[in-house]
Amino acid sequence: MISIRNVRKSFDEKQVLNGIDLEVPLGETLVILGRSGCGKSVLLKIIAGLLSIDGGEVWVDGTEITKLKRKQMNQIRRKIGMLFQSAALFDSMSVAENIAFMLDQHTDLSQQEMRKVVDEKLKLVDLDGVQELRPAQLSGGMRKRVGLARALAFNPEIILYDEPTTGLDPVTCNEINELIRDLNKKLQVTSVVVTHDMHSAFSVGTLMVMLHEGKKLAYGTPESMINEDNPILQQFILFGAPDQILNIDEPTLRKYIGRSTE
Amino acid sequence: MTPPSSTPAPSNGLAFLLKNRLYHTLSEVGDAFRLLAETIFQIFRPPLQFDLLMKQLLFVGFNSLSVVLVSGFFTGMVLGVQGYVQLKPYAVEGSVAQFVSVSVVKELGPMITAFVLSGRIGASITAELSTMKVTEQIDALEVMGTNPVKYLVVPRFLACSFMLPTLTIFSTFAGIFGGYVAVVTLFGFNGDFYILQVQQHLFIGSVFISLIKATSFGMAIAAVGCYKGFSISSAGGAEGVGTATTGSAVISLITILVLDFFLNHILFNLLGLS
Repeated sequence: MISIRNVRKSFDEKQVLNGIDLEVPLGETLVILGRSGCGKSVLLKIIAGLLSIDGGEVWVDGTEITKLKRKQMNQIRRKIGMLFQSAALFDSMSVAENIAFMLDQHTDLSQQEMRKVVDEKLKLVDLDGVQELRPAQLSGGMRKRVGLARALAFNPEIILYDEPTTGLDPVTCNEINELIRDLNKKLQVTSVVVTHDMHSAFSVGTLMVMLHEGKKLAYGTPESMINEDNPILQQFILFGAPDQILNIDEPTLRKYIGRSTE
Repeated sequence: MTPPSSTPAPSNGLAFLLKNRLYHTLSEVGDAFRLLAETIFQIFRPPLQFDLLMKQLLFVGFNSLSVVLVSGFFTGMVLGVQGYVQLKPYAVEGSVAQFVSVSVVKELGPMITAFVLSGRIGASITAELSTMKVTEQIDALEVMGTNPVKYLVVPRFLACSFMLPTLTIFSTFAGIFGGYVAVVTLFGFNGDFYILQVQQHLFIGSVFISLIKATSFGMAIAAVGCYKGFSISSAGGAEGVGTATTGSAVISLITILVLDFFLNHILFNLLGLS
């Protein structure tokens, strides 16, 4: 579904991505891990067509997107929903207007039909009765849910999550993780999640990649990542949140925790 | 002891800084013109979203009307008082209405309106757009397949271009009326003579020039405001928004003054309008 081939990206003198290759097969959830500033969000924005690249190719659903014109790119973007780190809700609009924005811009649906979609998407993210509220009136967790409902409004085939649990309390983090997992199961979408939160990563990911100094350090299933004999990766996973990992009922994770405490 | 090769000599350092600054400024001007070109291109690409345009017309026009009227009125009063006092020693104080009306129509009407709007609207456009940039709302628009230039810049650009000349008409009338109130109430000037003089010296050509200038100022205010809002880095934060907003107001004012000079030269000297 998404294929990234030898992608390079630099800002001024700083090389952020240096020849990244990645595959995200249909229906999988790829979690991108890495230290702050290693280019995780940059990679996500490249997939969404928000940033250009210096070299390489990015394929989304069989189309190489890096050389597309805006009009063609917008066709691809209709298949993509994105949840931003800050939710990026439009302050000047109500929750309902935010969710219906893409429908209003790109379809001829009536107000009533849009209203129906808004209600349906809000139900998907376990929210109701907030349609007329403004983003400023919502809590952090609610904003993320509304952001997710907006990302789902056009029934995307791909959902991109930029640090979905950052800035939320542990209970809300857990709720958002469950929501992402449920949505991926229910909607059968392909997802890419950027996160620092190891609990979140192991909760939602079916595939993982670790970026380090602009390069791919490790790539595989969560189980294979845990068994990967790489000190940087192991440090990252251990220091991420060992207590949270202990709560996950995965024998391989337990084995990993056991190995790390030897 | 020779300095390390990486440390430039003071004169070279200054030259390097100036060169860098010039490169940066020229690059910014280039980017601003690219945004302006894209905006003009998007104006002619359907559909034009009338609801967004109406919202901006109201914001720029109706909400600024009272400030523009008050500014115009008091500018006219000052002109009236100063004109009367300066002309009286030469016994030509009877020309004060001509002095006020010509100054207000050709110069101060569009200028005062533009100054008020650059502070009020230009800065507000920059603050709004830069906040949207910092909070990723502009990226969200892009991801949802909506062109931010068409959605955000076009309505603001059209509203400023249309509303500035409209408000200039109000400001001009307020200025002429201010001058009338000042000289009639303070100096006992004959009101009917004032009106007659204004009618005799208010040429359609002057009004035309005033409106051309006002439209150009409106375009400049919107273009600078939008460019400064869009050009902020996503990581700029609150400090970046503040810097961009102040920068927008300052650059707008300078642009208006520079434009005014060139428009005066082109319209009066080259085209011979009066």
